[in-house]
Amino acid sequence: MYDCIIIGAGISGCSLAFELSKYSGKVLWLEKNNDVADETTKANSAIIHAGYDPEPNTLMAKYNIWGNKIIPSLCKDLDVPCKNIGSLVVGFSEEDDRTIEMLYKRGVQNGVENQRIIKQPELSVMEPNLNSDCTSALYAPSACIINPWQFAIALSEVAIQNGVELRLNEEVTSIKKDGDIFIVNDTYKAPLVVNCAGVMCDHVTGLIKKPDYKITPNKGEYYLLDKSQGNMVHHVIFQCPTKIGKGVLVAPTVDGNLIVGPTSTNTDADDYSTTSAGLKIIRENAVKSVPNMKLQENIRTFAGLRARSDTKDFIIGEDKDIHNFFLIAGMASPGLSSASAIALDIVRMMQEKDYFLNLKKNYVSTRKVVRFKEMSHEQRKEYIEKHPEYGRIICRCETISEGEILDAIRRSPKPVSLDGIKRRCNAGMGRCQSGFCGPRVQEILANELGVSQLDIVLDKNGSYILCGRTKENGDE
Amino acid sequence: MRELICITCPKGCHLKVDEENDYKVTGNGCPRGAIYGKKECTHPTRVVTSTVKIVGAEIERLSVKTNGDIPKEKIFDVMKELNRVVVKAPVHREDVIVSDICGTGVDLVATKDL
Amino acid sequence: MNNRYDVVVIGGGPAGLASAIAARQNGAKSVLIIERDKELGGILNQCIHNGFGLHHFKEELTGPEYAGKYIDEVDKTDIDILLDTMVIEITPDKMVYCSSSIHGYLMIQAKSIILNMGCRERTRGAIAIPGTRASGVFTAGAAQRYVNIEGYMPGKRVVILGSGDIGLIMARRMTLEGAKVLAVVEVMPYSNGLNRNIVQCLHDYDIPLYLSHTITDIVGKSRVEKVVVSKVDENRNPIEGTEMEFDCDCVLLSVGLIPENELSNALGIEMDPRTHGPIVYENMETSMEGVFASGNVVHVHDLVDFVSLESETAGMGAGRYVSNGEVSKNRFVRTINGDNISYVVPQYIRKDNVEKSVELSFRVRRPTQQVNIVVKDGDTIIAKFKKEHVIPSEMEKISIPKILLEKADKELVVSIEEDA
Repeated sequence: MYDCIIIGAGISGCSLAFELSKYSGKVLWLEKNNDVADETTKANSAIIHAGYDPEPNTLMAKYNIWGNKIIPSLCKDLDVPCKNIGSLVVGFSEEDDRTIEMLYKRGVQNGVENQRIIKQPELSVMEPNLNSDCTSALYAPSACIINPWQFAIALSEVAIQNGVELRLNEEVTSIKKDGDIFIVNDTYKAPLVVNCAGVMCDHVTGLIKKPDYKITPNKGEYYLLDKSQGNMVHHVIFQCPTKIGKGVLVAPTVDGNLIVGPTSTNTDADDYSTTSAGLKIIRENAVKSVPNMKLQENIRTFAGLRARSDTKDFIIGEDKDIHNFFLIAGMASPGLSSASAIALDIVRMMQEKDYFLNLKKNYVSTRKVVRFKEMSHEQRKEYIEKHPEYGRIICRCETISEGEILDAIRRSPKPVSLDGIKRRCNAGMGRCQSGFCGPRVQEILANELGVSQLDIVLDKNGSYILCGRTKENGDE
Repeated sequence: MRELICITCPKGCHLKVDEENDYKVTGNGCPRGAIYGKKECTHPTRVVTSTVKIVGAEIERLSVKTNGDIPKEKIFDVMKELNRVVVKAPVHREDVIVSDICGTGVDLVATKDL
Repeated sequence: MNNRYDVVVIGGGPAGLASAIAARQNGAKSVLIIERDKELGGILNQCIHNGFGLHHFKEELTGPEYAGKYIDEVDKTDIDILLDTMVIEITPDKMVYCSSSIHGYLMIQAKSIILNMGCRERTRGAIAIPGTRASGVFTAGAAQRYVNIEGYMPGKRVVILGSGDIGLIMARRMTLEGAKVLAVVEVMPYSNGLNRNIVQCLHDYDIPLYLSHTITDIVGKSRVEKVVVSKVDENRNPIEGTEMEFDCDCVLLSVGLIPENELSNALGIEMDPRTHGPIVYENMETSMEGVFASGNVVHVHDLVDFVSLESETAGMGAGRYVSNGEVSKNRFVRTINGDNISYVVPQYIRKDNVEKSVELSFRVRRPTQQVNIVVKDGDTIIAKFKKEHVIPSEMEKISIPKILLEKADKELVVSIEEDA
């Protein structure tokens, strides 16, 4: 018997698990994939938005503003890369100027602080590589860039340290109710269930009632450019939304790359493919903002899914029909920016029902990871003398040591895939895209997990890398 | 007249072999091209390079080659034979791993110290 | 092991081995090679096929044999070697920072540095192939390492994109190991590999080569299940309606190599956008005095023999630099791309530093038959060489004798002229 079952380990589930873990109470956490942060959380624009975009008086507006205020310090506590660089919505025409004016007013209504409208020549001073045809921009200094999957992983690691029980590879296929108690997958019992199943939220709600909302997975495709392009811009650069589309953004990432995208197309819940049409749209639109950008310096294209609800807003709180069945659903943009605030609010709602009232005496709320790259020469010398495994560099593009990889594997939740390692310590994130370090990481992972290298997957279950050994047919 | 690309060296000369006239070769940049041209038309041969299992070394495969040309049609026989071989470290470059492999008269040798 | 060396060589592949030996023979009293792998030899260790060494050793060797012969030479000298050690940073005052679990974090002061880091493979991202992120997509070199060094098979039914030599070699290698190679797909109308490799790697095993085609989609939820291949037009854009599907579990990419210049860029030496490598003088010295570079880090070679040759020049330059000091820059000429030339190395030639002749390496932009390679300064023809055919995949080399070089005043324009 548990006190609460959380379904889904994306940013919503991770944020909630983290908050609940501070309180006395048994929390079970179910995730269908072999790792946390393996769907929408790993493939998005990696931005903590300022909050001028959502319509006033929506949940999106409320939680975005709130989340934006708390995430930077949370990241500091958890040693997660997050940089407050600010954003610019740039305009090229009178129509755009009107949009910028409207967004500014919305920002004021939503409570965005310190935003202002910027004109030339100040704009060109702030962003020398910006198209000089840009006439004005809405500057929101509170926007941040973040490493979203490391954020989620850090939250999950602390949650687990505090006693949350995470079960990976556990897809929720049935939810029943016996009196006041939910029974999930015919096995797990708890009086509270929280559905944070991302693009599958409506499906999970459908296990216990006819869902009153529909999630449409909406795909966004991206380019990720090499660090040679990382200094192209210094803020998150949005284009003005027009009748034709939302435009594409160009932004530095916390790792020093340049992210360009996204597109927007409705699709299926498991479609993470990029398309030539989508990539073309990005190429054509991106150069409107930053003409000098070298798209040939691309190191990866990828696609992520937005969990868009037909209610056009987040769906947060207790289901109106099912008592004690909570929802964190419809977490399309600004979902990442809002998840931390939503988690706090859900805990408050549970406390109103007399659950999770007592803070643990010695809960953990911070985390620290070793990053070879960030040390000075002297620190490296000293650290390697004590811990030689940090002297062996495995990923040369990102300068990631064996020690960091071992450290990632030895923490919980334990990564079991190459991408799991990549998400935790950046090995394979660089320009060679793991061509060099992939086999080495695979070997380390196999050794640590005590399995054959043949058993190591690239990412999700089934994504095996190798098909067998050479010279193994001798006895046939 | 048969047209071939010489594979003896990276230059890849375009050879013409006169099958009617004792396989006379033209278009070759060096004498080895003439030999190759005739051989390719009469009994084509190749050098096989591959690996065999090795135990007791830092890695688990040892690179090997046939120490000379073998008939082209024997390539897969040789590959099959290699599946059966397991060598023990240490091994030195040029060590014979299998002598007279598949009755070709050619030895299989190590190409690396392990 | 000490922390001061006359010459520090970054990388222990074919370039590093040759330049270290040459530096030691030409005046450097102490030489150190720093190699990130656990053994010397670099990429040659996984190139187990033969075809190496015909120029240099006058015999046909496999990659490991070619490396082995050089390693034997190094072993006869007092050159120091650091294995399993990664160079993290090089500074303009020639401090080399490197890291290893065995040797710790080292700070080594060099008088001269030779950059021999080689190159890396272009990836799926670099060419932005659409499709899913399923596993089973490898660069050909990564697959080569799995098969030849570690003894693992990366796939059973394979489609190879790119007909560069590594792609062709891997087509044969995978076939010999029991995989079925369904197609080699090349976006250009001609192959980027050596003709001999088309014959002995594809024709020998009836593997089809699709010229003017490319992969337009990769399909598969967790593992590659299928690729879509389309014909391309003359601008390399896929033509709708020409799609073919191949059921495969593996895609190997052989779509080009890029000089590995992260250390060079951080050091701040001047780069050539044509080669993606450092700009070099006749003795392979870079824009930073006492820092030399050779091999694939300067421009991608197709024959290791020429990497060795170029590295001997670099090693000699470094050896002389530490014993004789700086070279006079008073009289120099630039090399310039003429018609149908994509780059020329070296980019600068200091005439007073040329003894007998200077070697120019270059590549052409498009295949051409019956040509003259013409070297001019303004209207003055410096030299002219006849050639049956030139293709972009084969690096060309010409040698300009010092007497002819003296005729050049400012620049050497290399161009390809078709025979009338």
